Order: sequence, then C-alpha cells, then structure tokens
Amino acid sequence: MSAQTESTQTLGAATLRTADEYPDALLLTRRTFMIGSVAGSLVMGFGGLAAVRSARAELAARNFSPAVWFEMDANGRTLINIAKAEMGQHVGTALARILADELGVAWSDVHILYVDSDPRWGYMVTGGSWSVWTSFTLLSQAGAAGRMVLREQGAKLLGVAADDCQVRDSQVVCGGKSIHFADIVQRGDIDRVFTTEELAALPVKAPQDRTLIGKPARAMDIPAKVNGTAQFGIDAAIDGMVYARPLIPPTRYGSVVKSVDDSAAKAVKGYLGFQQIEDPSGTLQGWVMAVASSQWAAIKSANAMRIEWTAGPTARVSDSELLAEGQRLVNQKDSGTLFVNDGNMDLAAQQAARTLEATYITAPVLHFQMEPVNATVEFKGDVWHVHTGNQWQSLIIPVLAKALQVEESKIVLHQYYLGGGFGRRLFGDYILPAALTAKALGKPVKAVFTREDDVRFDCVRSSSVARLTATLDQDKHLTGIDHAAAAGWPTLSMAPGFLGDGVDKKGKFDPFSINGADVWYSLDNHRVRAINNELAQQTFLPGWLRSVGPGWVNFGVESFMDEIAHSVGTDPIAFRLSLLKGDGKNAGSAPNSVGGAKRLANVLQRVQAKSNWGSKLAADEGLGVAVGFGQERNMPTWTACVAKVRVDRNSGRVTVTDLHVELDCGTVVHPDGALAQAQGSVLWGLSMALHEGTSIEQGQVASRNLNAYTPLRISDVPQLHIGFVDSTETPVGLGEPGVTVVAPAIANAIHAAVGVRLRSLPIRPEAVLAALRT
Amino acid sequence: MISFTLNGKTVTSQGEEDTPLLWVIRDELGLKGTKFGCGIGMCGACTVHVDGAPLRSCSTPLSQVANASITTIEGLHESGQHPLQIAWIEAQVPQCGYCQSGQIMQAASLLHSNPQPSDQQIDEYMSGNLCRCMTYVRIRAAIHAAAGNMQAASKTGGEA
Repeated sequence: MSAQTESTQTLGAATLRTADEYPDALLLTRRTFMIGSVAGSLVMGFGGLAAVRSARAELAARNFSPAVWFEMDANGRTLINIAKAEMGQHVGTALARILADELGVAWSDVHILYVDSDPRWGYMVTGGSWSVWTSFTLLSQAGAAGRMVLREQGAKLLGVAADDCQVRDSQVVCGGKSIHFADIVQRGDIDRVFTTEELAALPVKAPQDRTLIGKPARAMDIPAKVNGTAQFGIDAAIDGMVYARPLIPPTRYGSVVKSVDDSAAKAVKGYLGFQQIEDPSGTLQGWVMAVASSQWAAIKSANAMRIEWTAGPTARVSDSELLAEGQRLVNQKDSGTLFVNDGNMDLAAQQAARTLEATYITAPVLHFQMEPVNATVEFKGDVWHVHTGNQWQSLIIPVLAKALQVEESKIVLHQYYLGGGFGRRLFGDYILPAALTAKALGKPVKAVFTREDDVRFDCVRSSSVARLTATLDQDKHLTGIDHAAAAGWPTLSMAPGFLGDGVDKKGKFDPFSINGADVWYSLDNHRVRAINNELAQQTFLPGWLRSVGPGWVNFGVESFMDEIAHSVGTDPIAFRLSLLKGDGKNAGSAPNSVGGAKRLANVLQRVQAKSNWGSKLAADEGLGVAVGFGQERNMPTWTACVAKVRVDRNSGRVTVTDLHVELDCGTVVHPDGALAQAQGSVLWGLSMALHEGTSIEQGQVASRNLNAYTPLRISDVPQLHIGFVDSTETPVGLGEPGVTVVAPAIANAIHAAVGVRLRSLPIRPEAVLAALRT
Repeated sequence: MISFTLNGKTVTSQGEEDTPLLWVIRDELGLKGTKFGCGIGMCGACTVHVDGAPLRSCSTPLSQVANASITTIEGLHESGQHPLQIAWIEAQVPQCGYCQSGQIMQAASLLHSNPQPSDQQIDEYMSGNLCRCMTYVRIRAAIHAAAGNMQAASKTGGEA
C-alpha cells in the first residue's frame, strides 16, 4: 500500500510507515532474542534480523532493537523496560506482569522504567487499546525463553537435570535443592540466542499455571500519584529555561501574521519579547509566542499583545455548514468509498416491501485531558531533548525533524506520566511551539498551554452525520442495512499510511472513523460507505478520541437496531440475538475473535439477566440496550450494556440511574486495572451521551473552558454494574470498548421510557423537551 | 515580597502581587504536586488549604495569602500516610493521577468538617473537582473508607 494520499491537510507525516507494515512494526514478528551475562547482570532483549553469534557481545554493546527488554541484576532485581505511555491505564503493571509470570520472577523483585524514544525500542505508540493485545505473545515468549535459560543454568549449578527442575518465585527448585536467580546471575556465563522460530516454539504456561496474570495486583504507578511526587510533563524544568505561551491564530490552517503590537506587554514584569514561528513542517501556521521569565508573565504578556492576522479560508465556518455538508454527503449516493459491501444492497432495496431510514448526528467532543498540553525543549550537545508526555513518539519525531531541520536521530523524547491521554497526545504537535521557540532563541523553552489555548488547539472528535436505511420483506424480516457516515478523518491528516483501501477500489478510508459499522450481525445485504467531510477536515484537525470511530459510529448503528426492532414489533434483545448467529464471516477466527458473534450474544444474554430486562418499571423510566465489539473487528472486545433512565417530562432532564455492562476481553491480565478501565470508559460514554459537546463557531471550538464545556462530575455518576466473562482467550483491548455502548443504550432507554427517539448527541434536556412536544 | 507559611515553613515570594498562588508554589517554590488544570477555579486540580480551608490556587492572587498558612499535598502528612492517602492506594483510585492531589486535598477538608459524610454529601462537596479519567466511584469509596478508619482510630485513641 502506498502512503501517498491526496489529503490537502497532511501534517508532515510522510515518512510514516505504511499500514501494511503496522502489525509487524507493532508486533516485532521477525527478531532474534538474546540472553547474555553482561557486567554482572543478565540482560535479555530482542536483536535485529541479522544472525547473531554471541548474545553477550551484542548485548554488551547494547546492540538491540527491541520493544521489550529486561535485565536482572546480581541481587535478582529485575528491571522491565516499558515503551508504552502511562496515562492512567496502569499499562506498565499489566505488561510487567505478563513477562514476570512467564519468567518466574517474584513480583516483589520486579521494577519498571518508562523509557525515552531511542530507536532501539522499535515502533512507539500507545493507543487503540492495543498495548496488551500487541504485547502479550511477545512478552510471554520472551519470559519463557528467560525462564528456560535460568532453569538450565540453575540445574547445571545444582548438578541436576533441568527437566527435574521447576521455576518459581525467583528460584530454580529441584526436590529439596534450590538456587536463587541472584546466584545464577552472579555466576554469569550465560550466552544464548533464540531465532524467531525457536522463540515461537517455546512452551508458554498453561492458563492454570499462571501466578500473576489474572491475579489481584496493585498498580505500580499509583503510590506516586497520591503524594504529589509523580512527574508529569508539566513538571519538567531545565536550568536557564524561559517560558513561552502561544497566541493561537484564528484558523488551524492558512493564518498569516500581519502585525504584532506588544507595547502593552512591555509593561508586564518578566516579559522578554515575542517570537514569530516559522515551521518548515507546516504544522504551525501563523503562530506567535510570548516569551517571559515566568509562567504568569507569559500568560499576562500574551493577553496584552495585539496581533492582526489574515485568517485562513475557514474563518467563518460554523456548525450549520459542517452539518449541512455532512448531510449532503450521506445523501449523495456516489460519495466516499465502500468499507463493507456484502450481498447486493441495491437489489435488496428494489425488492424491499418496506424501508426504514434514520439520520444520526454527533457534535464535536473535546479531549479536555486534565493536564493541558505542554513541552519543555532543550538543545544540548547536538541533540534536541524533549520533555513531555506523548502517546505516539514514532509519529511526531519525523515531524519534529522536519520542523527543526535535523535528522530524526538527533531528537529524543523523554517520557513523563501523561495527565490524561484519551488520544490527544497521540499527536505531539504541541511539542512544536516549544521546540521552534527554543531553536529561535537558542535557549531551553517551556511552553504550557492555558486551558483555553489547549482547547483551541485541540484535535477534536469530529462532528458526524450517519444515515442508515433498513430494508424489510413482507414478513418483516430485515433483509439489509445501507449505512453512510461522513466525518472529519483524523488518520487522513495525521497518519495517512494507516488509511485503508475501499472494497470498491474507489479510494481510501479512515478505519478509525468507520470501525464499528462492520457489525457482527448476520445480514444478507450490508453496505457501509465511509465519507470524508472535507469542510470539517479543512476547518479543524479531527482527532482520535477515546474509542475513536466506534464511539460515534455505534450510536447510529445500535440506535438504528432498536428502531428496526420496534418497527417489526420484536423485543430489542431478542431481535439482536436472532441476528447474532455466528455464521459465515461472523463465525470468528483464531487467535483474536474465536467464537465470533456467539461471544457477543453471550455478553448480551448476561446483561439481559443481570439488568432484569423486561421487569416492570415506574412511569417515565426505561431500559435500553446496545452491544459493541470494541475498537476493531480484528480485536473484538465483546461488550453489552443496559442503561436504566428516568426522564423528567417537565424539564426534559434525563437521569441515568444504572448502567449494566458485561465485557468479554479474553484473558484479563490485571483485573483491578481492567475494572478501572471499564468504569472510566463507561462513564466517558455517559459523559459524551449527555454532558459533552461543543459547537464550532467562526472556524473555532466555541466552548473553551469548564464554564461552557461540562464533562461528567461525581454527582452525575449512576450505579455501575460491571462484569467480565471469565476467559482464557487472547487478551484484547479495554481502554475504550466501554465507551461505545453507553450512548445508544441511553437513547434507546429514553425511547423505552417516554416514547421519543433522540438521534443527536449530546442529548440535552431541550432536545428531549422538544421531542416530547411533537 | 510576600511571606506566608507553606507546609509549616515560612517562605517569601518575589512574585508580583497578582501572580496566582499556584505558579508561586509550583515554579518559584518548587512543589509540583499541585496541578494546573483550567485556570478558572472550576476543575479543582490546584486545590490547597489556606488557613485550613480548601482554595483554588489558580485563581487566588499572591496578595491574598500574605501571612496565611498554606498546606499542599506534600504537606498533608509528613510521610504521605494521611488516612485519605492510604485509602486512595487501598481503593486504587488514581488512573492518570493528575487531578488526585486536588481531590485528596478537597476530601481532607470534607472529612475535617464532616467526619462521616453520606454519598450525597460527598457528591456535593467533591463536585467541583473534575476527574477526566472518571475515577469517581473509587473516590467515593476511598472517602468512606478513610472516614471509617479515622473514626476507628479516634475511638481506640490512636492517631489518625
């Protein structure tokens, strides 16, 4: 696949590897694995593709390119390096436990380190709920190799046969004899190389033999987060640094500075001057930085500056135009490209006894991660050191290299805890203001965005319009679904190599803006058209936001399933179950989707039982259901939700009293972390269903702080009833799937409660009132 | 120059009088546990205690705290073992952790004025503290647990 696209707004990501390479890049499928004694420690890591003669020599020279490596010191303390961003998902704990379980090291001997962006870590991205899924097999195999070598070496030192030995709690045990890993490491003449094939053939533990995976554990990152010592990007400080605050131009693209008047800023104590940004990467267009000796002086002096811009062409775009364009696109039959084309939808439409049609709309949503974006940048020696929290180092380093006009190897990102990611920090564009100001001034620069600056520069979840049409035969059987969805596409602007090819070969599509439409229901005819809303694309930078495509796609899909069920007079759960047959392409396949649609039916039946579906409710109360399968068909997290709501007919206010959610994510590695992710993602779903959403006015986000943007607060939290299916299948993702089912379940519950259908997110009381009055 | 007490020590700031206390604490005095979130006092990440009361340091000018006694997350307990900090770990509350200093400081004020709050009282007192990871269920549980432990400790004459 070519990485070239016709995007007008591609942001300097041309060197990104193509989508075809991404599983390899993420999974490191072709690597040797080396274990060797080096300087009193035992080092284990992946090597390159070339044949390796001595692991010790290679490891001593630090010639490895792994995403995974770990080392055991002379006391048996094992350091596991984590190349993933820690942003609340406790990923370091989960990954370390996978490896430690297989290695046989005592958990109390394990510590972790979040590493910088050195190329030896391989492709660095944390998102898409991918981390455990993409790492599990590799970490298991690496641990198994380590265990085998330690067992063999321990047996040799004990003078027994390796086959008679067991490994547990950092010891090799044979009958009454045992030797600690520390002693094995100290004797130190280990030198082993495993080929890819040998590594893959190693036996990993059977699920019942696991000692850490699936067992209770405390997250390693938590203690520092209750006493103020956890270091976030915003806490970075460099001797001699100055503070800079951006003046955000009126449009994301095409703004040009006409004049800068800083006469009033000169009265601010600590104001040092301003810097106009020239960005060869084209990411920052028309930017000016106010520079000062303190954060407060930077904020005040920027407020005092007067800048005149020639705004870009989208300076007058507002919601109504974006929405009209989306509606035009979904109604225009030849727009976009096909994501799914099963059966013959046109024929099904011709033969239909009846059709049902509905349009669903979602408003832009902000990331509003608690820590505003920031970066501190220093040029030292001949290397650019970037201090920040970031989710996708491999995406932004090429952009930074272009902006700073240096080789990629001259840039190092030092990773910090992320004060919330949610997809915002997948794109490190927020590093550029500090980097380019540091380059211009020749000194270290810290640039912290104020909240309003952060919001204006956010890559928002695009607004969307989806039109769904169902065809029914004379016996009220559903014969097909035709689905068209238009939105701004994050992947088109930021990582075009990850675009997919339409099944009709008409063009490319953003999988992260249509995943979720490729449902697991058995449908004879099914067509899904993915359409880019170019006006949205030009007006703002569409972002990946927690649960990405399925976060809004599933609102349309599962609301519409409810509408069809009601239209044919069938119970919404019975209707869904009748279509979750698990046949044909929905049978699932190893390793990720074993069981297919039957596992989705299972979580749906579980939530049906747990929520007392069908029980008698008070007036104006209702239950609504929705299912989802997480982020991608290729890594389905089977999810079902029943929401219970109460609607106040006088105010239109919707109160969600209970959310029942059942999840099957395969093997659960870190149960409490999994529950935390489920709780958080389900409440994100609720927040985006009822509380969040901004308009776009004059080409910009209108709601810029908490006085206008109103995410869920503690007083809005309903009773949560969350259950996991006990499973030993491949572990898939958990950060996002909980989001996808909540909004449609709530909309369907509102319909059950008071008989009105809300087809636009967020669901505001005014909209409920208006619907009740018609 | 304005002097005040920070976690029991007298400190003096060179900052302008209108400088928000938050930046003085973080950048001038180097205690980074107090966080910047919204800048308008509506997220609670910057919550500190000023003369015992919870205050949003992002919108409190330095001039307002002259001679006041200020406590930050670093000073809540000398070894980080305040009952709320213990309960926060027991309940595994933090996810990204960015808002949690503010949550804990706000919760400490709550328990000071109301040692056994109900769910509804917790919601009312804590609703000004935003948690974007949505750890709210665990925040509630940890406050209840800490309240219980503090009461048990006071009954047995132990130190809370």
